[in-house]
Amino acid sequence: MNAPVAHGSIRRRLLLSLLAGAAILAVVVYYVVQSVARQVAQESQDNVLAASALSILDSARYSGGEIKVDFPYSALSMLDSISDERVFYSIRLENAFLSGYDQLPEVDGVVADGPAFRSATFLGEDVRMAHVQRRISTDSGQRLLQVSVAQTLTGQKQTLTRISRTSMGIGAGFFLVSVLLAAIIARSTIRPLDRLTASVSRRGPKDLRPVAAPIPTEMVPLVASLNSFMRRLQRSLERSEDFIAEAAHRVRTPLAIVRTKAEIVQRKTDNAETQAALREMVHAIDDSSRTAGQLLDHAMVTFRLDHLSRDEVSLLRLVQDTIERLRPISEMKDIEMETIGSEDIIILGDPILLQNALHNLFDNAMKYTPSGARVSVTLSRQGDGGEIRITDTGLGFPEAELGRLTDRFARGANAESVVGSGLGLTIVKEVVEAHGGQMHIKNITGGGACVSLHFPSS
Amino acid sequence: MRQFALSIVLIFAAGWVAAFEIENRTRFGSSDNGQVLRIISTADIGFFEPMITAFLAKYPNTEIDYVVASSTEMMRAIQDEGHAFDLAISSAMDLQTKLANDGKAQRYISATTQSLPDWAIWNDMLFAFSQEPAAIVVSKKAFGDVPIPKDRHELINLLRQHPDRFRGRVGTYDVRQSGLGYLFATQDTRASETYWRLTEVFGALEARLYCCSSDMIEAVKTGELLIAYNVLGSYAVNREDRSDFEIILPSDFTTVMLRTAMIPHNAPSHELSSTFVDYLLQRSHELDAQPLTHPGLDLIQIETSLNRIRIGPGLLVFLDQLKKRAFLSEWESAILQN
Amino acid sequence: MRFLLIEDNKQLASAVIDRLMLDGHVVDHAPDIQTAYDFTATTGYDLILLDIMLPDGDGRTFLERRRNQDSRTPVIVLTARSEVADRVGILDLGADDYMVKPIDFSELEARCRAVLRRRGGEARNLLILGDMSFDSLSGTLKTGEDIIQLRARELRLFETLANAPGKVFSKASLVNQLVSYDEDVSENAIEVYIGRLRKHLQNSSVTITTIRGLGYKLRIE
Repeated sequence: MNAPVAHGSIRRRLLLSLLAGAAILAVVVYYVVQSVARQVAQESQDNVLAASALSILDSARYSGGEIKVDFPYSALSMLDSISDERVFYSIRLENAFLSGYDQLPEVDGVVADGPAFRSATFLGEDVRMAHVQRRISTDSGQRLLQVSVAQTLTGQKQTLTRISRTSMGIGAGFFLVSVLLAAIIARSTIRPLDRLTASVSRRGPKDLRPVAAPIPTEMVPLVASLNSFMRRLQRSLERSEDFIAEAAHRVRTPLAIVRTKAEIVQRKTDNAETQAALREMVHAIDDSSRTAGQLLDHAMVTFRLDHLSRDEVSLLRLVQDTIERLRPISEMKDIEMETIGSEDIIILGDPILLQNALHNLFDNAMKYTPSGARVSVTLSRQGDGGEIRITDTGLGFPEAELGRLTDRFARGANAESVVGSGLGLTIVKEVVEAHGGQMHIKNITGGGACVSLHFPSS
Repeated sequence: MRQFALSIVLIFAAGWVAAFEIENRTRFGSSDNGQVLRIISTADIGFFEPMITAFLAKYPNTEIDYVVASSTEMMRAIQDEGHAFDLAISSAMDLQTKLANDGKAQRYISATTQSLPDWAIWNDMLFAFSQEPAAIVVSKKAFGDVPIPKDRHELINLLRQHPDRFRGRVGTYDVRQSGLGYLFATQDTRASETYWRLTEVFGALEARLYCCSSDMIEAVKTGELLIAYNVLGSYAVNREDRSDFEIILPSDFTTVMLRTAMIPHNAPSHELSSTFVDYLLQRSHELDAQPLTHPGLDLIQIETSLNRIRIGPGLLVFLDQLKKRAFLSEWESAILQN
Repeated sequence: MRFLLIEDNKQLASAVIDRLMLDGHVVDHAPDIQTAYDFTATTGYDLILLDIMLPDGDGRTFLERRRNQDSRTPVIVLTARSEVADRVGILDLGADDYMVKPIDFSELEARCRAVLRRRGGEARNLLILGDMSFDSLSGTLKTGEDIIQLRARELRLFETLANAPGKVFSKASLVNQLVSYDEDVSENAIEVYIGRLRKHLQNSSVTITTIRGLGYKLRIE
């Protein structure tokens, strides 16, 4: 049977999709967390800068014809409280520089109320600036007092590094959790499929009952068609077996009737010629009947080989049962059948096929062995497996034909007069090989044939 | 062992068209490859000589050019005139901070600087290697029967009780002249309102104003002064006649100034200055390190009242000209009552 | 012997009946299970031949009922080829043996003998010939304490002769007797078997006499 062509894996596709989604989300989470945190950090820095600038602005007063700014120590020291920062400030009365760093850039587009912020570069470092202003009454009227405070970004950079690390951690953690969840999801999604596979593959070859286990909605059509397929297969198998049985019956019953009639007539007549003719007739009928039987046997074997069952079979018991079964016939032919070896050997196989094969083999041996001869069956352990060797004291096989004996319908050339066909051995060979075994045929020096079947242990 | 030292005293440094004023200049060691470490410092060579000698013993083949200048002159040399020094060592924390804040210092990070306590390092630019308390120095002889005050409160009471005894015989920094005096005074005002009360008492007693700690101690020695306020404790401790003085570290709060070193942005021998900074910091911060300038003053004893000046932009506040003007006018009105 | 044949195929049944009667047996034919019950209720049989597929049911129900009635009459089941798997079940239900249809008569005869022998049947088949008794079922000749087991062909041959002592059988008719289960018996072989039988009979009062040109006959002294 051909293995199905696998194209992609649902589990892998599901897993990859989930992981790709998770990776994208993780990156998004990373950037969102970072940008939000960045904004928060920026805002908190701006707030501190604004507070500083406002405290300077608030401390300004006009007195004695000049602007006095007695700003608190904390106005600048607060900017340095968490991390060491360089701090710059400027105090301007409109465009006139009063104090601080006169090179400090001004903030563009200042709104009258509330602080304004900008980023700039000052004295070789990136700084963040806050700018505040208010009107102050002077002798020359209302004038605009402006205060700018700037701060280097050491602390903010540290914060951002920390934030970056944290958001990286959050993103990575998110991704890891997603990986775990994805694995679990993929597994639980595939599980019904696995369960179905297990329940179907656990079945014996003859078990064609519909799948009854609960399944997810998506799998209903698949399982429904599987069930319908199995139902059709079941019906078809039943029909096949019935057909074979029916065929056997239909072919052989009339033959048996004709044979019986011929035999009766033969008994009743005294005419020697008629008797001889009838005897030939009986032979021909026997031949046909046996061939038909074997053809049907072969059909049955071929049919069963497609779904071989694997049960534990005791070779010893199989041999003994088959010989026992044939004993009336062997006695009738004055053929002595003996079994050698009493060690039991268990193999896995289809008991019905094996019995059929042995029956054909022994039957064949008896057919081709003259009356009064002996057929011995030896059962022995060979390595892991077992060997059944059947030896007779008959004519043996023609040397030239040993190799092709098991071709269908081949028959030993010296067995012309014996009813039967090579099909028996073909059946035996097919069954043995289906069980992983081998059949060997050879002649024994001094007369007789030897057929050995070798079965592996499992 | 005192290392061989070539010491030249110059009033003006040869080779410099120096507009800033040098007080002293000394060279130590010699180098055959022209490796010279130029230090500009506010500290007298006497304080630094042991450290330099030990450094040269460990790193021979090095020449050190040690220039002493006042803190304002140092500011001028570096800020305005752009002279190239490898190391700037100063007791004027505010000016050092201003230099660093204005980008005149370069950042330096090493294992040693990273192991410093937080108060001893700022922005990887300023490194503190010495803590200098501001003390009250009194003449033991003059006090005799009067109990020696332990804090400013007791001092105020004492002065009020004996105005005649102390009139014209108390001294302190002229904060208009002395940067260190200004630093101490401004930090005192931050710590407590007591400073203004004390200054007013000083004004009432016609306090004398001095430019420097050494002059004040000398004045106490000669009997010209009975009490000198906000004197660098180390100056008093290191005197041979130390036993004549009572050095008081006020128990309400003792302002502690930090001497800091920085590597100027234009340092020519950056590697050498790094080595020296590491060496200086290791020596001064190691477990059983002796304070460089005041081996007799134990700061651990006054830990609860220790008011260590924090390096940082806060120091810029009192450098602001408007703020300074406001402070000085208030100070003047307090101390110059007559 | 008395047979009951339970078989619904009329042609097959009539062939079987003809063939068994040819051998001198009495055969009753039941085409279904119900008729079979009627027969067994009134008549004792030596052997029952039972088809499994019958118009009014499964032959197995017949088997079960008989087992419950503890009947001792042996049953040989006639089964279709495909029912191999059912055979074990058939034996478990109390059948003594089974045969795959269509029936080979020589095999049927052999199996009948084997079954009857296994059952150790009553000695109703015992034939007394002078000082010797012949049990055709077990195939034994008994003279005094001396018991001889005949082999199959010897038995078949002796049975033919013993059923009609004094009657002359030609070699050809004896061959006909054997031909049904052995395809390859020659008239020379008959001589071999006659020779063997004479050897078995030498201590008894029974002899096989050669009638030159005609054949053989059994003679009791």
